[in-house]
Amino acid sequence: MDTPKLSLRQVSKKFGSTVVLDGLDLDIAAGESFVVIGGSGTGKSVMLKCVLGIIQPDSGAILVDGEDITHLKGRDRQAVLRRFGMLFQGSALFDSLPVWHNVAFGLISAQGMNRRDAKAIAIETLAKVGLGEKVGELAPSELSGGMQKRAALARAIATSPEIIFFDEPTTGLDPIMADVIDRLIVERVRDLGATALSITHDMASARTIADRIGMLYQGKIIWSGPVSEIDRSGNDYVDQFINGKADGPISMDVKVS
Amino acid sequence: MNPLAVIGRTTLGFFAEAGRLGLFAGHAVYSIFVPPFYFRLLLRQLISVGYFSLPVVGLTAVFTGAVLAQQIYIGTGRFNAESTVPTIVVFGITRELGPVLAGLMVAGRVSAAMAAELGTMRVTEQIDALITLATNPFNYLIVPRVLAATLMMPLLVLVSDVIGVMGGYLVSTQVLGFNEGTYLQNTVDFLEASDVISGLIKAAVFGFVLSIMGCYHGFKSGGGAQGVGRATTNAVVSASILILATNYVMTSVIFTS
Ligand SMILES: Nc1ncnc2c1ncn2[C@@H]1O[C@H](COP(=O)(O)OP(=O)(O)OP(=O)(O)O)[C@@H](O)[C@H]1O
Ligand SMILES: [Mg+2]
Repeated sequence: MDTPKLSLRQVSKKFGSTVVLDGLDLDIAAGESFVVIGGSGTGKSVMLKCVLGIIQPDSGAILVDGEDITHLKGRDRQAVLRRFGMLFQGSALFDSLPVWHNVAFGLISAQGMNRRDAKAIAIETLAKVGLGEKVGELAPSELSGGMQKRAALARAIATSPEIIFFDEPTTGLDPIMADVIDRLIVERVRDLGATALSITHDMASARTIADRIGMLYQGKIIWSGPVSEIDRSGNDYVDQFINGKADGPISMDVKVS
Repeated sequence: MNPLAVIGRTTLGFFAEAGRLGLFAGHAVYSIFVPPFYFRLLLRQLISVGYFSLPVVGLTAVFTGAVLAQQIYIGTGRFNAESTVPTIVVFGITRELGPVLAGLMVAGRVSAAMAAELGTMRVTEQIDALITLATNPFNYLIVPRVLAATLMMPLLVLVSDVIGVMGGYLVSTQVLGFNEGTYLQNTVDFLEASDVISGLIKAAVFGFVLSIMGCYHGFKSGGGAQGVGRATTNAVVSASILILATNYVMTSVIFTS
């Protein structure tokens, strides 16, 4: 088998006494679109942040093209990060900059492109996510939540990265826009030949985006397989999750009166 | 609970915090000399720290100079030495009150703004987004702020010196019956360059201290809106106390050697 584009080996992370990731293993092949599903608070966002080096895992290794990047710092880390794009769950747009500059940020700051060319690319990218040139001149705080999400998506793909992370790309969008974004992700990933790792709660979205799906539960990927097999995974946890049933092996710690 | 343990824990916590702060300040200074340098951001900070602090610093100075002249007039009147008012006013303003009061006022304005701004960026994951876009947050966020405050504080204090002396001059000539020409003559006659320069050196140090405190507390902020509020309060309180403490140390060092 070819070297996976991205591998997580036995990655563990605790916050205080809360175990979030518990020896997580995951391999994603080059050009593949992998979707991680899992309940709220199971550590999906933490997993992405561990790969990006924003959170240091307690143990385990993260490999890109077979190279260990777990402990890279400074310029070496930046060199690796230039190959990544990330859509944050909360958008995380810079509110001191207009929307176009947010999208152009990676081009200007990390790649040293001049502002005029970068702005042109930014406006082109914004158009692809359904935001017009006028929106580019607004401040992020002047956008609706869904528009912010799309602007953040534009920022994640503007530098044409090799590996793109989408943390809940369609949460907070209407179903039509959600589908537009899903298709856009599929198209971008295909056009760029990029490898994508997405997180979603939305099964419709997962089915559109994914080549393979994995389910995160109690700090591990408990099942993974091609999207076509998700309905006959034979895994009770996966079945409960994709059918959205309160009854099953996963118990939510909430009181129902 | 064992009271000794509490004392021990508090002491250890204090030194741990002091160590973290020292490392942060060291990293900030180091980053000034390591590219990339964001000139545009420095310019923006110079304006926001310098220009927009002028009103508050000027008002503080004019009233301080005025009240100083009145009190010294009463005090020196007890042994018929009213003619020393101009000399003591300019001495007090340039050496102590100018830099210290400007430092405290700017701490209230600028440290708070820096802590709130960086704290919000931290809790909305904008700092994480910056890192992901291969941009060093020290170069991008901290260096322009620290440099701007360190460079602008001496200029502000120079202005504050002039306005403070003017406050004393106005009260003395308009209310206390001093001759205008004589007052100005006495102001400059016994003034030495070192009086002004020592105040400007203090100002630069205060600028560094107050910006580091603002950036440090904002950068390490956590816990949502409440955390940002706490960071802002801590920034202003610790900047003010550190300004007063370093002022004492500097006075001891500068004026006894
Ligand atoms: N910086 C942090 N400090 C302490 N605990 C954290 C931190 N970040 C995340 N956690 C904890 O880690 C767990 C997983 O968080 P994470 O954000 O990864 O969840 P998630 O799977 O992305 O959930 P959601 O679908 O709701 O976004 C949570 O219990 C959270 O409280
Ligand atoms: Mg999440």
